[in-house]
Amino acid sequence: MPDEGVRLTVNGRELEAAAGEMLIAVTDRAGIYVPRFCYHPKLSVAANCRMCLVDVAGAPKPMPACALPVTEGLEVETRSDRAIAAQRATMEFLLINHPLDCPVCDQGGECELQDLAMGFGRDISRFTEGKRAVPDPDLGPLVSTDMTRCIHCTRCIRFGEEVAGVQELGATGRSEHMEITTHVERSLKHELSGNVIDVCPVGALNNKPYRFTARAWEMSAHATVASHDCVGSALYAHVLRGRVRRIVPRENEAVNETWISDRDRFSCEGLYVEERLHKPLVRRDGRLMEVGWEEALAAAAAGLMRVAEEHGGEGLGTLVSPSATAEEGYLLRKLMSALGSANIEYRLRQRDFRSAATAADAPWLGTRFCEVESLDSLLLVGCDLRSEAPILAHRVRKAAMAGARVSYLDLAEREYLHPIGTRSVQPPRDWARALGPLAGRALKGRRRALWLGGLAVRHPAYGELLEAAAEAAAGAVLGHVTQGGNAAGLHLAGVIPGPADGNGAAGLNADRMSRVTLAGMVLMGVEPDLDCAAGAHEAIGGAGFLLALNPWVSPWLLSHADVLLPTATSLESSGTLVNGQMDWQSFAAAAPPPGMARPAWKVLRALADRLSLEGFGYADTDQVLAELRQRIERPAAASASTSHGASIDSRSLDDEEFATLELPMYSVDGLVRRSAPLQQAAAVQRAA
Amino acid sequence: MPAVSGNSLLPDAARAAIRESTARFPSGRQRSAVLDALRLAQDGNGGWLSVELMDAVAEELALPPIQVYEVATFYSMFEVRAVGRHCVSVCTNISCWLRGGRELLKHLENRLGISAGESTVDGRIFLKEEEECLAACTGAPMMMVGHCYHENVTPDEADRIVERLS
Ligand code: SF4
Ligand code: FES
Ligand code: FES
Repeated sequence: MPDEGVRLTVNGRELEAAAGEMLIAVTDRAGIYVPRFCYHPKLSVAANCRMCLVDVAGAPKPMPACALPVTEGLEVETRSDRAIAAQRATMEFLLINHPLDCPVCDQGGECELQDLAMGFGRDISRFTEGKRAVPDPDLGPLVSTDMTRCIHCTRCIRFGEEVAGVQELGATGRSEHMEITTHVERSLKHELSGNVIDVCPVGALNNKPYRFTARAWEMSAHATVASHDCVGSALYAHVLRGRVRRIVPRENEAVNETWISDRDRFSCEGLYVEERLHKPLVRRDGRLMEVGWEEALAAAAAGLMRVAEEHGGEGLGTLVSPSATAEEGYLLRKLMSALGSANIEYRLRQRDFRSAATAADAPWLGTRFCEVESLDSLLLVGCDLRSEAPILAHRVRKAAMAGARVSYLDLAEREYLHPIGTRSVQPPRDWARALGPLAGRALKGRRRALWLGGLAVRHPAYGELLEAAAEAAAGAVLGHVTQGGNAAGLHLAGVIPGPADGNGAAGLNADRMSRVTLAGMVLMGVEPDLDCAAGAHEAIGGAGFLLALNPWVSPWLLSHADVLLPTATSLESSGTLVNGQMDWQSFAAAAPPPGMARPAWKVLRALADRLSLEGFGYADTDQVLAELRQRIERPAAASASTSHGASIDSRSLDDEEFATLELPMYSVDGLVRRSAPLQQAAAVQRAA
Repeated sequence: MPAVSGNSLLPDAARAAIRESTARFPSGRQRSAVLDALRLAQDGNGGWLSVELMDAVAEELALPPIQVYEVATFYSMFEVRAVGRHCVSVCTNISCWLRGGRELLKHLENRLGISAGESTVDGRIFLKEEEECLAACTGAPMMMVGHCYHENVTPDEADRIVERLS
C-alpha cells in the first residue's frame, strides 16, 4: 500500500485501502459482499437506491457503502442487526412498486433485484395498495422496455452521459411519477447503447431480439471473441440446444473493459437466417445442386487441379475475409502455395498498394488500448472511428475528456461526443497535401499518435497518403485502425500476395485481382459484390472456376459460384484472432454450425487431402497455430512483395474514384449484414 | 383546445435573455441556466412548452434534449401540454385546506365546468391540478393567478377574479 493508505475494519477483518476510496470498492476487493443496485464500478456514484446501507461505528444511522470514502480507523459492520434491518427496509420499499411476477419477466434468473429479494426480502408483502404502472417507450430495435419494473437506479442514464457521451435516456416527472424514458419517443442511436441491457439491474431494459427465447439458467456460456473490428472484444455466447441465443460482454479490462458494441452484441442474429448455407452446392449443367461433402470436395479439388494444370498456379486467385481466423488464413495460404499460387489477399477494399510500406510489418494500432487513454494528442486520418471501432472510440473519448487534443482529417463532419481540436474536412484528393500542415497544428505534447482508418485504406491513392502520414507523424506513433477482426493475424499468416518462401514471382494483390479475370478464384468468407472494392466483383465473377467457402448464400454467390462449401462462423469454430494491439486471442467453438456446415479449417484440411497435399494432418487449430507461430519466429517466411512503384498522385484521379470511401457500420461483413435488428438500427440512423 | 400561439421557436428576445442568463454561470455549466431558459420560453408561448420549444432550448444551451425534458417535467411550474392562457392554482395544502381551500377549488371547478388539470374550451383558463403550499399560509385560503397571489379568497371573490380574466 502506498503512503496515503488507510487501515479499516470490516466485520472484524483488518483491510487496507487507499484513502478516499469508496467503501464498497474496498469490500468488493476483499470479497465481502454488500448488496447494491445503483452502484456500478464504471459509473459515477449516485447513492440513490440505499440498498448498500451498512453499519458504521459512531455514525448515528446506517451509511451507504457506495458513497462512503474510507478513512483511517473506520469500523464497519455489513451484517449487524442494524445493517440488515436497513437493507431489508430498503428492499421492502423497492418492492412496493416493483411487480412480483418474475416468472413472466425476461430478467428472471439473472436479476439483481430477484437475487437480493431472496436474501433480504420478506416472505409476505405488507403492501396492499395498488402498484404503479408505467408506459413503455419504444427505444428502437435493440432494447426492449418494461418500465414498470424500473427501480430508478439511474445506471442507464449515467451510462449514457458518462460512457456513451450522449444522454439518450433521462428521468422525467418526479417522485411517484418519475419515469425513465426518452420522453419524446426516440430510438437509442448510440453504437454502445446495448450496454444499458447489462447495466440495468432489473428487467426494465432488456435485449429485444433475444427476449423470451431462453432462460438464463438453461443456457451454457462460452467464452469467445468478437470478429467485426480490430478491438476483438471479449464475449460470452450463451447457447441453448446447440444455438447461440445471445451475446453478452466478458470482462477484459485490457481490451473492452466491461462494454461491447451493439455490432458485437446483435450480429449473432444473422446466424440462423434463411440464407444460411446448410449443405454443399455444386454446379452441374449450369444449376447448383445440393450434394454431400464427398462429392463437393471432389468437385472443388477437380476444379482447382484443372486450373492449376491448364494455367499454372498464377491462374488461381484467393480472397480471404479480413475477419477469418489466423488458422483459416494460414491453411488456405499453405494450400494455394502448394498449388503454385501466390495471388492471395485479405485487404479486400484496399485499392492502392504502391507504397512499400503497405506490405511491410503487420498493421496495428502501434499502441496498447489502455495507453490510448493517456495520449496527449491524436490525429485521425480518414477514420470514422465511432463506426469502425466503437470501443476504441470510447477509449479516445476518455482521453479527450481528460484533455487530449483529438483532431481529424476527413471528407465529412463526424459527430464525436467529446471536444475536437481541429476538424479538417477536405475532399479526399487533397488529404495527402493537407496532412503535413494539419499534423503540425494537431499533434502536440509528448504522447502523440496519428491513425489511418478505413477511408484512408480505401483511398485510391493510399500509398501517397501513407507516405504523407509517415512524414507528418514526425515522431508520433503511426497507427492503423485496421478493418475486419484479424488484419494483423492474416498478415502474419501470410495472406498477402507473394510466395510463401520469400522468393519467386510476386503475387497479385486485391486491386490487380479486381482488374484481371483469372481462370480460377477461391473465396473464403467473401461476398465480392459487398466485401470488395466497388466493381471488383465483375472481374471475380468472370473466373472460369469459382470456389466459395461461406456460411451463407447470396444472390451473387448463387449466380457465380461453381462450388459452394458451407462453413462455420467464428462463433462456431475454434481459432485465433489478432486484434489491433497484437493480442493473439484464441477461442473454442461456442456452438456447432448448423446443418452440414463445418469449420473452414476442417474443410481446408479435407480439401488438401483430396488434392493429395502433404502436411495438412492437423488434429486441431492449436496445431495449426503452433506451426504458424513458429514460422513467424523465423523471419524468412515474412517476406511480402507486392507491386511497388511511384505512388499515384491523387490529383490525377477522376472524381468517381473517390465515391466509395464510406462504409456503413452495419455493412462490414456477412454476419452483420444479415442481422435484422442491426439493419433496422441502421435504417433508424439513416432516417435521423 | 385552447387557442395557443403556434410559434414554437424561440423569439429573439427570449433568445437574448437566455444568453444573458447563461453568461451568469461558469462556462461549460450552461445546464444551470435551463430553469431560466424554460421560464422565458414558456412565458413567450402562452404558458406552456411544446417539444419543439424544449428542443430549441436544448439547442440554445447545447444540451441533450432529454436533460431539458427532465427539468420541464420535474417542476410543477412548467406545463408540457397546451393549456389555457391564465393559469389558476388553488392551494390545497394544510393551512389552506383547513380554511376552505378544497371547497374553493370545487367551487371553481363547478363554475368553470372543468376538473383541476383541465383548461376551459375557450382557452381562457387553466386550472392547475394540485398545488402544494405556496407560502401564503397567513392569508389562507389563497389562489394564484399567473404570478399574482390572492389571499383570504371567498368563493364570490374567486368568481370575480376569474371573470376579470380575458
Ligand atoms: S431502467 Fe434499469 S438501469 Fe435504468 S433506472 Fe431503471 S432500473 Fe436503473
Ligand atoms: S448502491 Fe449505494 S445507494 Fe445504491
Ligand atoms: S398551505 Fe396554502 S399557502 Fe401554505
